[in-house]
Amino acid sequence: MPEPLEPLESYDEGRAIASTGAGGASDLGTAEAETLEKTPGGPEGTGAGKKPRSLWSDAWHDLRRNPVFIISALVILFLVVISIWPSLIASGDPLDCDLAKAQEGSQPGHPFGFNGQGCDVYTRVVYGARTSVTVGVCATLGVAILGGVLGGLAGFYGGTWDGILSRITDVFFAIPVVLGGLVLLSVVTSSTVWPVIGFMVLLGWPQISRIARGSVITAKQNDYVQAARALGASNSRMMLRHITPNAVAPVIVVATIALGTYIALEATLSYLGVGLKPPTVSWGIDISSASQYIRNAPHMLLWPAGALAVTVLAFIMLGDAVRDALDPKLR
Amino acid sequence: MGRYVIRRLLQMIPVFFGATLLIFLMVNVMGDPIAGLCGDRACDPATAAQLEKEFGLDKPVWQQYLTYMGNVFTGDFGTAFNGQPVTELMANAFPVTIRLTIVAILFEIVIGITLGVVTGLKRGHPVDTSVLLLTLVVLSVPTFVTGLLLQLLLGVEWGWIKPAVSPDAPFSELIVPGLVLASVSLAYVTRLTRTSIAENKRADYVRTAVAKGLPRRRVVTRHLLRNSLIPVVTFIGADVGALMGGAIVTERIFNIHGVGFQLYQGIVRQNTQTVVGFVTILVLVFLLANLLVDLLYAVLDPRIRYA
Repeated sequence: MPEPLEPLESYDEGRAIASTGAGGASDLGTAEAETLEKTPGGPEGTGAGKKPRSLWSDAWHDLRRNPVFIISALVILFLVVISIWPSLIASGDPLDCDLAKAQEGSQPGHPFGFNGQGCDVYTRVVYGARTSVTVGVCATLGVAILGGVLGGLAGFYGGTWDGILSRITDVFFAIPVVLGGLVLLSVVTSSTVWPVIGFMVLLGWPQISRIARGSVITAKQNDYVQAARALGASNSRMMLRHITPNAVAPVIVVATIALGTYIALEATLSYLGVGLKPPTVSWGIDISSASQYIRNAPHMLLWPAGALAVTVLAFIMLGDAVRDALDPKLR
Repeated sequence: MGRYVIRRLLQMIPVFFGATLLIFLMVNVMGDPIAGLCGDRACDPATAAQLEKEFGLDKPVWQQYLTYMGNVFTGDFGTAFNGQPVTELMANAFPVTIRLTIVAILFEIVIGITLGVVTGLKRGHPVDTSVLLLTLVVLSVPTFVTGLLLQLLLGVEWGWIKPAVSPDAPFSELIVPGLVLASVSLAYVTRLTRTSIAENKRADYVRTAVAKGLPRRRVVTRHLLRNSLIPVVTFIGADVGALMGGAIVTERIFNIHGVGFQLYQGIVRQNTQTVVGFVTILVLVFLLANLLVDLLYAVLDPRIRYA
């Protein structure tokens, strides 16, 4: 697939010059702007002719044609819809259980059968989506913001702060995640999702911070950033206008894949008994309690486990597709 | 080389103390170690005060940490909840987990790299697509689900393995648990090798090697693989520490009495000394494994020199 990568780069340079040029053009600035004017795909200021595609519209162009992206995006859309309105496809109450029906198999109106407490497995699987999606999305947002800001600042300013932050991330990397979860969450008695999310943010940010730092350092060395600096752009302007748009792609990719792993981590912690606690409806809790009856009634384990696997898979595939679209080198 | 190793060892010191301090604080924040000693009953206040004094828990946390670390460096890791010295628990638990980790790493190296090379060389081929799909499935099913299912199928339904591992945990009983422990990393290694091989396949030196008439096998093993292995080695090296610490889930499923089992017990019983002691060793293993990986780079790629 031949790719119009080249105009995209010069487009960015052109925009950098055009936007900082307004601040007060020095001799250097105009000279560089003139040489850039001659490159194909020139600056956007002219307005005439076809508008060159940015990295994002280029990626979107690819993604729309990628079946993997479409399927995973549809699955995720479906999950989000049923997390907001679970009653759309499940009329029952996940906490409405009848012990007389415990471990019974599938029957009319209850396609997935009943679990160990006689609750309807189908309803619980549907309502479990809300917990998983909430944990995944909130943890990822927290991690991406905290790690992105800290790592980005460290990459931009370098020096002492960068050194300290790198050592701190080293410290966090040296602690196995599941172990940290066991230690920190074993005393939590709250049955809400927030302690679990807080823990994931606390132990997850170094991963994103490292990516953001590396990506900002790469973006910082680009000519258009040097040009902006030479033209006297302030630090905040360089960070927001020139570096962030060009450094955010790897963070988004890693965060999307991490979202899937956070959902899996929540289930793992719940399986170990330190994650979410009843009456929260969670796939992890259901898998954990079903594992005792796995010999007699495997359906109690297979349905929530299947839902969990499909959800994690959808986010990992989405992240993969986005990475392929944003990083044309891999083609 | 020597200077580089020394510099790296010096850099490890703050990380080592930071990580152990962090886990020490976490364990201290999380609960009352004395309550764990009295079992389910509440402690009698006089006994609690005396125990606190005995263990030095009435002192500020930083002083406790310093005392603990001082003891660790003289080889005294403290006492576990059942009165056994922690070092004794370690002597029993670490060999088991090390065997489990070796099995897992072997799976990663043998299966992961082989699949990665095959798929990387045949990109777009049905073999490539199906292996890629398989790795995605393995990545998306959490380890504890894989473990439970394999235990059910192989251990209970078909009777190929024993569902629970005996206390001695010989290699032969650790094959399936090792595979479960390795599963997620195995998929990563496959994908990493595949990407790396596919990227380097078009490199000039590969074309040169083919052009001068080297047999295909030699081109792949000597030229392509050696140049493609650096990211894979990084991952596997960092994984050694993660596998040993992450074996909690696998060890719980297959009832293996290794590090994860002891850690779980220590956490449930709120025994600070067990938890911090084991984590200290795990952090050391992690740091040394990473150093070893960096030194391996120079072996794999002679262009990398450590002054």
